[in-house]
Amino acid sequence: MTHPTLLPPEETLLSEMPDASFSFRAERQLGHLATLEAESIYILREAAAEFSHPVMLYSVGKDSSVMLRLAQKAFYPGKIPFPLLHIDTSYKFPEMIEFRDSYAREIGAELIVHQNREALERGANPFALGTQRCCGLLKTKALLDALSAGGFNAAFGGARRDEEKSRAKERIYSFRDSHGQWDPKNQRPELWNLFNSRIEKSESIRVFPLSNWTELDVWLYIHAENIPIVPLYYARERQAVVRNGSIVLIYSPDELLPGEKVQWIKCRMRSLGCIPCTGAIRSEADTLPKIIEEMVSFRRSERENRAIDHDEEGSMELKKREGYF
Amino acid sequence: MLTLTTSERSESLAAFLQNDLRKDLLRFTTAGSVDDGKSTLIGRLLHDAKAVYEDQVASVQKSKINRSGGSFDFSLLTDGLRAEREQGITIDVAYRYFSTARRKFIIADTPGHEQYTRNMATGASTADLAIILVDATKGLLTQTHRHAYIASLLGIRCVVAAINKMDLADYREEVFLRLQADFLSLASQLGIPFVHCIPISALAGDNVVSPSENMPWYSGPTLLGHLETVDFRQTRTLDAVRFPIQYVIRPDFRFRGFAGQLASGSVRPGDSLVALPSGQETRVKAIVGFDGNWNRAVAPQSLTLQLENEIDLSRGDMLVSPSNLPAVSRSFSGTVVWLSPDPLTIRKALLLKQTTRLVKARVRRIRHLVNVNTLEQEPAENLEMNSIAEVEVETNQPLFLDSYAISRATGSFILIDPFTNATVGAGMVRETSAVDGSGLEDRTTSLPAGGLGDVTAQERHGRHGHKPGVLLLGNRLKLAKSLERELFQNGFEVIVLDASGGASSALTVTLASLHAAGLLVLCTNASLSAQDLSSFPFAAIFQPGSASASPATEQGIDDAKVMQDALGFSEKLRLSPESKPARREH
Repeated sequence: MTHPTLLPPEETLLSEMPDASFSFRAERQLGHLATLEAESIYILREAAAEFSHPVMLYSVGKDSSVMLRLAQKAFYPGKIPFPLLHIDTSYKFPEMIEFRDSYAREIGAELIVHQNREALERGANPFALGTQRCCGLLKTKALLDALSAGGFNAAFGGARRDEEKSRAKERIYSFRDSHGQWDPKNQRPELWNLFNSRIEKSESIRVFPLSNWTELDVWLYIHAENIPIVPLYYARERQAVVRNGSIVLIYSPDELLPGEKVQWIKCRMRSLGCIPCTGAIRSEADTLPKIIEEMVSFRRSERENRAIDHDEEGSMELKKREGYF
Repeated sequence: MLTLTTSERSESLAAFLQNDLRKDLLRFTTAGSVDDGKSTLIGRLLHDAKAVYEDQVASVQKSKINRSGGSFDFSLLTDGLRAEREQGITIDVAYRYFSTARRKFIIADTPGHEQYTRNMATGASTADLAIILVDATKGLLTQTHRHAYIASLLGIRCVVAAINKMDLADYREEVFLRLQADFLSLASQLGIPFVHCIPISALAGDNVVSPSENMPWYSGPTLLGHLETVDFRQTRTLDAVRFPIQYVIRPDFRFRGFAGQLASGSVRPGDSLVALPSGQETRVKAIVGFDGNWNRAVAPQSLTLQLENEIDLSRGDMLVSPSNLPAVSRSFSGTVVWLSPDPLTIRKALLLKQTTRLVKARVRRIRHLVNVNTLEQEPAENLEMNSIAEVEVETNQPLFLDSYAISRATGSFILIDPFTNATVGAGMVRETSAVDGSGLEDRTTSLPAGGLGDVTAQERHGRHGHKPGVLLLGNRLKLAKSLERELFQNGFEVIVLDASGGASSALTVTLASLHAAGLLVLCTNASLSAQDLSSFPFAAIFQPGSASASPATEQGIDDAKVMQDALGFSEKLRLSPESKPARREH
């Protein structure tokens, strides 16, 4: 079989096309996921061929899982020709860390884990600093430091344009100056699939192979390809508190704020971030088809449960300008 | 939205998943002038197609800005960046996503502002369809002409004219009919084959997603209805294989895979392909996949090919159908959209990226500028930002080109400034054959492996019974003559070429022509550099000493040995009997 799930069976195609219009007909039949997959693999290979030191930002979330599978496909039967980099704020869910280490080992990928130890030793946390500043230190600064320490000039990220308004204008090859900063008014025009990889020594490019995927596409692909994901995405009874209207998972009693009481809530994570800043949603979806069904009926966007996007109108854009992914 | 009872659930969900995987993907672009209501239209389309989440709607309601004059500013759903929210204009291409039960859509939302031709070209470059907004109260503007022209230039064959603000024209049919006639005449002037006009009001929602009660005289589809059903791939694209090599996968010495995205055509194991620039022939051994090998691949899939024989192939090279080769050329004409504030000047040093090939390039001549407002041709010395011109380009390495009209993927290129690294131009190939005023040099390299006519290299080889070769015999003219007789008697098409006193540029032209004709050429007294020989396949060149393992220098080899090696070399060019088609079949 060409592709068991993404391409319709050959017989249906052949019956419609007796003559030379074969390939044109076939292209017309290529489903949207197969089209997206082909585009993403093209982007991964293009950047891997054109940059001397690529790295993949691996956030352990569902988008990263899809990006990682696409990288496996792009270079099969070879190994993925670049390392994975995880920026660990130390506030990540323990299930994420466990999944990250075992999965990277299983697929034989090189994994780099980086933390902003200096900030953590000085006690950086979202309660004391606020989400903006905490993210700035533990994510943005940690990322920029890790990229420069590794000498990486291209970094793959799993961001999608449908996630947030400021991402809608992001390029597939997103140029960053020598400080890792993004200037939305000074981006290179990007036509067809002809990417410009020319940069000076201190500059870099963020590469977004999943730019054209939607959240639903990601789930459909995980289902179609049977891609392993962190169990937190599946609904189950979990210990949690309701804080400012969002469900926050509790792993130890010292995470409780004064007056809070732990309860069992059947819930799951729609996107994964740091424990204190990423809310769970009430859900019965404990299988992939149920998650997809839930997705289709959702009326609220996935980043809504991320504290970081809502401090101020346009806050994601501000963070991106500073070098956030 | 799915609303199912528990018993129906699993079956319907399976059907939903099945249906969703079969949906195809329509990429379209939108263009309108300032205040045509384009952001409002897209906001309305996303909102009414239920592609907007509640919290996004709430955030628009909460916003201090409302420029719409209505209770809800749909344009805020899409205006992404702070600067544009402050200025009230869309300043860059933005991509939006939505999906219905029938299709998935990607919108490249491009700003209509005067100085942003480059954004419209960017959005159109990946689109199969364009929606062009026309304000019913204003009619076709200069900018409408520009939008339609750029859409046609970028190869978009399906255009929808959304005649907007019909509410302000009292929903009158004659207004629509007049603007429809105007637009159809513009489209036919530009050669856009598939055009559809729809009367809408983005603000009031007429004919965007739901049919309008205010315009009972219109019986056509709504905008969304049209987008869901339009056959957007009508009569497009090349059928022949174009497979630009992107990446060579070599996990160990046993495996060598050629990875890339199929730009056109389809491939199966066993298919014959020709490698460019070497001209070497090969066969597909396997299409290697992560979940097992494939029995077929079609454009635009990304794939990895394993080939039957070891050939010289790396990133930037291309595998193509033997029966339909692209032009192999260092010079061509094309239309360029200039994207940079620094003007394009003749002979400015540039880099050019086409498929996976990056070469040095110069614009040799600006034939004429196209005035995007009047579509008239004007002379020009240089190109300012946002101008469009027909130019002649030359490159330092040959490119494998098709005209943009038949193949977007192999007929498009970008220009990069090697000093600032900026992307400064985007171009579409028009003519790939020799350009007027070009010298002999250009013709050598613009000669495809099978010549310029329709007869293919394979057909010629089949008739001759062997592949072409070049035997460089130094000053052994006498030996060449007896070798010619010997080979001729053995059934080879062969000729002696003595190059005494000739210029090497003229010689390479002659050699290329004879090679294209499929002959064995016994060449004497030629002084050719490695560069001169680079356009011939390595396996097609014989030089005494190089064909055998003998370390002897040219002078040290006796004629008998040369004769013997040359005969042995020629025998290897013979086609095996089974691959040789019947002679003179027609």
